[in-house]
Amino acid sequence: MEWCAPPARLWGMGGAPEARTTPSRENEMSEKSYRDAIRDAMMEEMDRDANVLIMGEDIGVYEGTFRITAGMLKKYGPKRVLDTPIAEAGMVGTAVGMAMLGLRPIVEMMTMNFAIVAADQILNHAAKVRYFSGGQVDVPMVVRGPQGAGVQLSAQHSQSFESFYAHFPGIHVVAPATPADAKGLLKTAIRGNDPVIFLESAALYGMKGEVPDDPNFTVPFGQSRVAREGKDVTIVSFSRMLQLSLAVAAKLASDEGIECEVIDLRTLRPLDMDPVYASVTKTHRAVVVQEQWKPFGVAAEIAANITETVFDELDAPVARVTGEDVPMPYARNLELLATPHEPEIERAVRKVLYKT
Amino acid sequence: MAKAKKESDSAVLDAACAPEWTEILKQMIFIRRFEEATEREFRKGKIGGYLHVYIGQEAVASGIVGALQKGDAVFCGYRDHAQALSLGSDPNRVMAELFGKGTGVSKGKGGSMHLFDVEHGLYGGYGIVGGHLTLAAGAAYAKRYQGSDSVVVCYFGDGAMNIGSFHEAMNMAGLWGHQGMCPIVFVIENNGYAMGTSVERHSALTDLAARVRAYDIAGEKVDGQDIFAVRGVADRVVRQVRETGKPYCIEAVTYRFSGHGAADILQPYRTKEEVEQHRHRDPINILRKRLGEVCGLTDDDVKAMDEWAIERAANAVKFAEESSQPAPDELFADVVAEHGPRPVSEDERE
Repeated sequence: MEWCAPPARLWGMGGAPEARTTPSRENEMSEKSYRDAIRDAMMEEMDRDANVLIMGEDIGVYEGTFRITAGMLKKYGPKRVLDTPIAEAGMVGTAVGMAMLGLRPIVEMMTMNFAIVAADQILNHAAKVRYFSGGQVDVPMVVRGPQGAGVQLSAQHSQSFESFYAHFPGIHVVAPATPADAKGLLKTAIRGNDPVIFLESAALYGMKGEVPDDPNFTVPFGQSRVAREGKDVTIVSFSRMLQLSLAVAAKLASDEGIECEVIDLRTLRPLDMDPVYASVTKTHRAVVVQEQWKPFGVAAEIAANITETVFDELDAPVARVTGEDVPMPYARNLELLATPHEPEIERAVRKVLYKT
Repeated sequence: MAKAKKESDSAVLDAACAPEWTEILKQMIFIRRFEEATEREFRKGKIGGYLHVYIGQEAVASGIVGALQKGDAVFCGYRDHAQALSLGSDPNRVMAELFGKGTGVSKGKGGSMHLFDVEHGLYGGYGIVGGHLTLAAGAAYAKRYQGSDSVVVCYFGDGAMNIGSFHEAMNMAGLWGHQGMCPIVFVIENNGYAMGTSVERHSALTDLAARVRAYDIAGEKVDGQDIFAVRGVADRVVRQVRETGKPYCIEAVTYRFSGHGAADILQPYRTKEEVEQHRHRDPINILRKRLGEVCGLTDDDVKAMDEWAIERAANAVKFAEESSQPAPDELFADVVAEHGPRPVSEDERE
């Protein structure tokens, strides 16, 4: 699963302009995997608040398909770590009811591909009950799990859902690219009072990075992060594609002196475009990178926002790097052709620089 | 599997409890008059969207709700006016909700299908058939998790029993019931039709209470037109569920006299004769007759109640008409608790 791994030095918290969310320097940092960061976030919040519980398929006795929940049943017991039947609508729907009554359930999806079985519970219930009740209930819940391609799981197990969920008002959509963000954003999700779709990149679970030890470390929603500063081209991305973008930025800087500014969106809803506008105002060129299909995707939304707001700053049309518009094939060579990689990002950067 | 209705299950009516039952009759007459008013206002164009009335089924709402206590929670489908009124929601605010006014119970944002009144225990009317069953099961788990002895009541129609979320909710409730962690009373409002499709045409097994048995949930049928029967079963079942934390299912066999919704005028799925036949078992008349027999309730007494109910419904219409529409700002309120629906601007940050 680490086939896409960029160099370890890129896996940290990134550059300076993230002061808004970086904890104080006195805090200790530990090197953690993305997987362990997620588990730490959940366990810290379960220690902090007895209303937090977790439910999902094979998360207890089996300890999770991706071992995210290893050790949790033993520590918290079956009332707080619930093994559910294979029943996504049941899991999410019961979580909505629990949340309306004051609990803070976390629903683990074995993969986010299965969450669409619970689309009615997420989109018709969780996302709307606050609104159509006139604000009489909170719905503090998290639906989290892995998504994305890369390990030959073929068409039904390799999809990315950020634009699908981010289309709907009433939920927050989070897609962390680093272990620190995975921890900090998940803690914010658990502490919040709304339904959160927390999209983990399966291919990043083994990735390591510096994570603050402070149990009060959180990362707020709606704050995009400049992951690398640059002056020539703005690359906007999130989740695993952010890591590929950083790798390309490093390569272009050292090989050719092209300085890319890389922006990590972190949350797709709420979407923080201000750092993107500021960056495009500086670089006048933008590339948006996403793993999912091109039509109606996040990249289209970002490109539209840029043209609506800072059109006059652009020296080139916004370029999109996306997955190919096909169901994910199984064969390794075809899967590699279907997903974006560093060369495509590099080509897009050259394109907006008119250096093709 | 449904147990034959035992005589002892029926609620007792004697002189001592006559005042309570008279009050229940008054309430049922009011619900009937209130909903008749909503039908008129719908035809006048004052109420928009969909309107599904409970006329003919009132004993199911009043009979079960009467067995509840403060802290209990009710979830129901979109045919939800009778539950709200039975639970004690302000009729003026219920009518205002149907009129889409800011004074409505859901601030005019839900309408007929989404009445909410958490203060009175109503956790919603829901518009996707069967969807709310899972929510209710989770709410029941939450009640036990929090150490409360409250119960959850989940109403749904016979038509909800064929969708996946019904089976998933029942199975999880059955499992959690093994641990005493699911104090929920499922109430099937079996009015014979899933919209226009009869039970015989939509359910392979027509004994609906028996279908719940597959999930290790006990259940029984009750005559949903007879409020003494409904209330008798409800008193026993709610007490039992409160004690055990195990789910239970009541199949209330009932009939809706009105169409599925206000637009269901032709009703090609049933005959006028069938409807007339069922009108002979009007739940209000059944209660009224018994009160006449046992405690000498007179026609004049009932006439006075009816006049009161008609006036109160008219007052609700007046309140709704005179109320203001929701303020334009309400459009963006209550979408999410935090962050808001739009990007967070620099000033909004700390």
